[in-house]
Amino acid sequence: MYNYTDTDRQIVRERVAQFRDQTHRHLAGELSADQFRPLRLQNGLYLEKHNPMLRIAIPYGQLSAVQLRALARVTRNYDRGVGHFSTRHNLQLNWVRLEQVPDILADLAQVDMHAIQSSGSCIRIVTTDPLAGVAPGEVADPRPWAEIFRQWSTLHPEFAALPRKFKVAFSGGPDDAASVRTHDLGFELTRDAAGEPGFRVWVGGGLGRTPILAKVVREFLPWRDLLSYAEAVLRTYNLHGRRDNLYKSRIKILVQALGIEEFTRQTEAEWSHLQGGPLTLGEAEAARVAENFAAPDYDVLSGLDVSFEFSRRFDKDFAAWVKRNTHAHRQPGYAAVTLSLKAPGQAPGDATAEQMEIAADLAERFSFGELRSTQTQNLILPDVRKRDLYKLWQAAAKAHLATATAGLLSDIVACPGGDYCSLANARSLPLAAAIQNRFGDRSELDDIGTLRLNISGCVNACGHHHVGAIGILGVDKGGQERYQITLGGSTGPRAAIGSVIGPSVAAAEVPEVVARVIGHYRSCRHPKEAFIDTVKRIGAKNFAAAAYAKEIPTIDYEREVANG
Amino acid sequence: MAKLIKNRDIVANDWKILTLATGESPEAAKLPWGNVLVPLAVWQARKWDLVQRQWEQGHLLGVWLGPQDDPAAIAGDLADLSAIAVDFPVAGDGRGYSLATLLRTRYGYRGELRAIGAIERDYLHFLRRAGFNSFAVSDPESAIVNLDAFSASYQPAADGPLPLSRRPPALAA
Repeated sequence: MYNYTDTDRQIVRERVAQFRDQTHRHLAGELSADQFRPLRLQNGLYLEKHNPMLRIAIPYGQLSAVQLRALARVTRNYDRGVGHFSTRHNLQLNWVRLEQVPDILADLAQVDMHAIQSSGSCIRIVTTDPLAGVAPGEVADPRPWAEIFRQWSTLHPEFAALPRKFKVAFSGGPDDAASVRTHDLGFELTRDAAGEPGFRVWVGGGLGRTPILAKVVREFLPWRDLLSYAEAVLRTYNLHGRRDNLYKSRIKILVQALGIEEFTRQTEAEWSHLQGGPLTLGEAEAARVAENFAAPDYDVLSGLDVSFEFSRRFDKDFAAWVKRNTHAHRQPGYAAVTLSLKAPGQAPGDATAEQMEIAADLAERFSFGELRSTQTQNLILPDVRKRDLYKLWQAAAKAHLATATAGLLSDIVACPGGDYCSLANARSLPLAAAIQNRFGDRSELDDIGTLRLNISGCVNACGHHHVGAIGILGVDKGGQERYQITLGGSTGPRAAIGSVIGPSVAAAEVPEVVARVIGHYRSCRHPKEAFIDTVKRIGAKNFAAAAYAKEIPTIDYEREVANG
Repeated sequence: MAKLIKNRDIVANDWKILTLATGESPEAAKLPWGNVLVPLAVWQARKWDLVQRQWEQGHLLGVWLGPQDDPAAIAGDLADLSAIAVDFPVAGDGRGYSLATLLRTRYGYRGELRAIGAIERDYLHFLRRAGFNSFAVSDPESAIVNLDAFSASYQPAADGPLPLSRRPPALAA
């Protein structure tokens, strides 16, 4: 992973000092709440229902064991001992105290971590595929480019006050595991006819209140031009994005209003001034960053490990975990492993300080001391020898990190919801627990197969419900928590925004509605057809009758579609 | 007289800012006595008058741009102007950063570039890097340290064209 230079460290330390000064001035009454707000947001600090929430950055999901231990320490020392891994490579602490935040940041700076640009109207933390560098199918490792982009976008003076937040993702290839199509700006690695790497550039995607999939603004961008092109896109957005209406200020609205052809024309006109300028990347610079991401010192192994095959054959629980929680690796004899943060009774993405420490230990024992955080709110050990999987599984299971549900219905993605977040209309976590409870049986889950279920507590869509095969959105209906069900959402090359299938339902009814939807799928599916494929084949509306089989009052059928 | 930060000094602000009232025509607006920053519309309507006034009375002349103004509109006039100001009407409207960047990096403006309006000390570092060298900030004496909140930066900006990673090590620090 990327090794901080002295300059990187100096910038982080200076940011801590700057924020300490800002916090002191705010607490002393010299900075009003309104003045302090954008300053604290650009450092990941929200003032929430009960307490401030601090969102710590894990740029493009890369964590060292040392860093994860430090996260465990701040979680224990400054919070209540539980942290929440979000869908965007962040760790959120829900119970910090404002006056202690500068100290938390100072502690994090010791391990090259920070909360810079984890919120606010600026370029946010860049995201990528959690299997970057080890996934067999990728065109190239996206991490060096994500790091180059991280550096360029950090404390960028021209883009410090954009119309709204700006999220950037890098995908390693056409599989689009980072979901460039749902980002403000996305770079998909590809190669030109001569084999030179570059990017297909996507712009104007986003979830939130108005979900829109990104469009291609440039079919091929040579890698040297990555930053100058980004500057052209950002400048076009900064100058012309709407600032009169918070809900219409994302770049997706600008792209929609201008049309992709006109947006492209404006961006390319701007770029014509910048192309070949000082932002042009050189070989030496690209190589300097890339060497940080060189493959670790792998053992030369056979793809087939006898002890692993033996364990898998004779331990059914282990076999079930291997099937779901291990992933193909480009290096023979290795696998990538999901450490699940979806244990029954635990909020999705939550990890205790002890679990973080154990995960850090496991990373050191089995995976070169590195981990990744994922968009599905789990952790990944990227480089585990197959022969170590059994030992790893046993140790992970003891720490409740081996729930064998990765990619299944109960691998639920959920925002913190109404229990913590002051934006939420409804709670997410009790609902996630109820659904996990309803689908606790492993053979049933296994039969249902791959299925992404996402829960958001409000239209801001932090739980990415729009792209869940089953999406659940909390809405406020006359002071009551209700939930809207969408079907058919997905990310990747076949990305789609889910469709609302009918009226919202009460919390208590949601697990049953989900069960009826699943029942309909099981009766309609073709052999080996995944849930999402059945929905795409027969249409989301086809599920409505089954979903609402029970008598449900239809008075609110006409309610505003909250994602409209 | 109010003070401001200019070229890292604290100096008296001896400029007046002409603002058009709603419906007021740029042709008819009365110019105040002394150095004046006029809105783009006034400059465009009365270039010759304004240059002549500068010449005859010795009062300095500048133009101020709002966030919606295109700096290309004055790209050919830079030699006539003693100062350019960019207005930030509300905190959080960051278009002025791009205007300043364009004036410095695309149109080659090298004179006084002043940030006016909702300017707070916590943004001085960004403003400086975007190309401003003059800051109408309240309490400039305590604000001036914020110009150098960071001793290094990652990206080229109007204050220096080379990215950190491509500077010789001695400069990168």
